[in-house]
Amino acid sequence: MNVPAEVVAWFSDASHWQGAAGIPSLLGEHLALTAASLGIACAIALPLALWLGHTGRGGVLAVQVGNVGRAVPTLALLSILLFIPPPFGRTTLSALIAFTLFAIPVLLTNTYVGMREVDPAAVDAAKGMGMSGFEVLRKVELPLATPALMNAVRQGAVQVVATVSIAAIFAFGGLGRIITRATGASGGFDVPQIIAGALVIAVLAIAVDLSLGALGRMADPVGRARSRARRAGSSPARSDEHGTVVPA
Amino acid sequence: MSLIGGVLSSGAVVHAASASQNCLTRNDWVCPAYVTSRSSQLVDALGEHLYLTVVSLLLGIIVSVPLGVFAHRFRRARALTVGITTTLYTVPSIALFFLIIPFLGLTAASVILGLALYSLTILVRNLLVGLDGVDPEVIDAATGMGYSNLKMLWSVELPLALPSAIGGLRVAAVSTVALTTVGAVIGFGGFGNLLVTGVASNFHAQVLTASVICVVLAFAFDLLLLALQRALTPWRRTA
Repeated sequence: MNVPAEVVAWFSDASHWQGAAGIPSLLGEHLALTAASLGIACAIALPLALWLGHTGRGGVLAVQVGNVGRAVPTLALLSILLFIPPPFGRTTLSALIAFTLFAIPVLLTNTYVGMREVDPAAVDAAKGMGMSGFEVLRKVELPLATPALMNAVRQGAVQVVATVSIAAIFAFGGLGRIITRATGASGGFDVPQIIAGALVIAVLAIAVDLSLGALGRMADPVGRARSRARRAGSSPARSDEHGTVVPA
Repeated sequence: MSLIGGVLSSGAVVHAASASQNCLTRNDWVCPAYVTSRSSQLVDALGEHLYLTVVSLLLGIIVSVPLGVFAHRFRRARALTVGITTTLYTVPSIALFFLIIPFLGLTAASVILGLALYSLTILVRNLLVGLDGVDPEVIDAATGMGYSNLKMLWSVELPLALPSAIGGLRVAAVSTVALTTVGAVIGFGGFGNLLVTGVASNFHAQVLTASVICVVLAFAFDLLLLALQRALTPWRRTA
């Protein structure tokens, strides 16, 4: 069996690009679920992380939530939600809840850590200039923590894309369906279709990662100011890159 | 263990059996009779789960140490190593497992390789952070004492990088325990197999028990590695 050729053949089959089971429709479903649950997770986790980071309280909570989030298997949470009576069960609501729950720990922990890594001297200086607590948060801490915050969103997005793919094992929607439809039920494994599905998911995940990485660089006020300064020909500013602290 | 299950299901002790098996017929979430009657299944799942997790973590460690050291020494190797491992990490597990199948087939090895590749990202990154954080004055002192490159690495740099490296190992272990369940898509997922068959047969106790054991197992790994970290870095306890 020549797998690469059969995978190419699978992609060139027009029927795989049409209808409710086609790639465009599944991709749309995947992206819609990802965007919705990431949006809800951001609305919950980001303000909380900014506030916890600003006050310096709840550090143990923020880090422990991240640990618990890593320890709970996606499949376990999904299979428990499947058994809970309507409006849960195999519904979009269950899917959204599961995906949101998986994104929150990543967002919360990484944003909190980013806030705590803001140079205390900058915060002290801002306070010395007479800024109120909210001003310090908005004008000093938030701009300096933006790279960490955007990195948290990026990791959360990648995590949700993966979780949506895995949810297809239990017949939730999204691109994972290409794989699950090619396995098990009829007995055999349709290897070319499985590989094709895996490729589509992998490409989507990398594309989401790269585009949010680019968005993060655009959103970083400090980085923008530095590149403006470079273009203006002033002396190059020292760049200190922070690596990712807690990958998920 | 299976003896108890045999007695229960054979109905030899009718009263005790019917009382405790009620939770099975009622399809309760929490059911001691499930644990006693399916204990051999649970032990098998635990064995498979531990095997997959431990072997992939060991593989990850064996590969990440030279990668991390190499990336620390050579600037070009660093960008390449970090780039490749980070990209691998973005690929969802279900896709990664299936992409390995053409090479290793529907075997436990496919799951192990996939899990090991995921652990690499965290292990290499944390080892690098640890190596980068070694105080240059310590290196100078060791150089002054005539340490060779290899001796420097083994008795100065690696020990000082250990706390960060084991920190990474803890994160990798907890993630790997959870991710192992996804191996169920190709039939090797430890407790993940019980989750999938539990959903297919609408078996509440099986799904909840397997889920809880997974989470407990993850935290057990975390605590075990924390203890290892303390034991291996005695100088940090007094400081």
